[in-house]
Amino acid sequence: MNARYSRSGSVRPSGGGWEVAIWYLMRLTGLGLFVTALAHYIIVHFLYDPKDQTAQWILDERWGNIAWRTADWLMLSFVVFHAFMGLRTVVGDYTNGRLRTALTMLLYLGAFVVFAMGTIAVATLNVPVRP
Amino acid sequence: MLLRYRGSEGMLAWAFHRISGVAIWAFILLHVFDIWLASVNPALYDELLAVYASPGGRVVESLLGAALLYHALNGLRIIIMDFWPSMTRYHKQLWYMSWVLFVVIGLPILIQIMAPAVGLEPPFRFGS
Repeated sequence: MNARYSRSGSVRPSGGGWEVAIWYLMRLTGLGLFVTALAHYIIVHFLYDPKDQTAQWILDERWGNIAWRTADWLMLSFVVFHAFMGLRTVVGDYTNGRLRTALTMLLYLGAFVVFAMGTIAVATLNVPVRP
Repeated sequence: MLLRYRGSEGMLAWAFHRISGVAIWAFILLHVFDIWLASVNPALYDELLAVYASPGGRVVESLLGAALLYHALNGLRIIIMDFWPSMTRYHKQLWYMSWVLFVVIGLPILIQIMAPAVGLEPPFRFGS
């Protein structure tokens, strides 16, 4: 058995298919989040102060530009996949049988709801529809 | 699995990665909800913002930043070992290096965030 191992991540599944794709996507979205999520935290908490970031401020300063909305939506896509697939690994480690299936299905449902809510927010937050 | 201690840095790195990951997941639920709230009820969002910007909110914000930074740096360490397995020999050194970066990057951010909570001006100023 010469399975590849790592000290603290998950071992890459052997063979091919869905689980291997998820294993690679976890690393790919992780790298994506290293850039987007850390940049997001530094912008929102270091360059600016949360106390100023009212809904109007978001509209004027951050989402007044379609490029920032696109970048934030990309970050949302990365984080929904990475966070919920990560939780799926945790659930898989501590549960089994029908409980594991039920919780995993609940996670997929939760991922869909969070992705939908985030997409609605980033796509529709007061798109200027003025007469 | 989390509670069965198998010793040394590798185990701690893994446990911290898991704990910080679950914490960030929980925050993502809250964060997507609050941004969604900004689009459907801006006034209520602004009230929630006041809680985030309070001294207690700033402590939680700093803890979130710590979880995020640890998870990001240790995630990079995992990727390095997954794609260059020979680096696994140096997993402890990589972990110590991630803690050095954690302090160097994290300390200025911590000071910037916590200054208003103790009545000080944020030390770093950027334009506007």
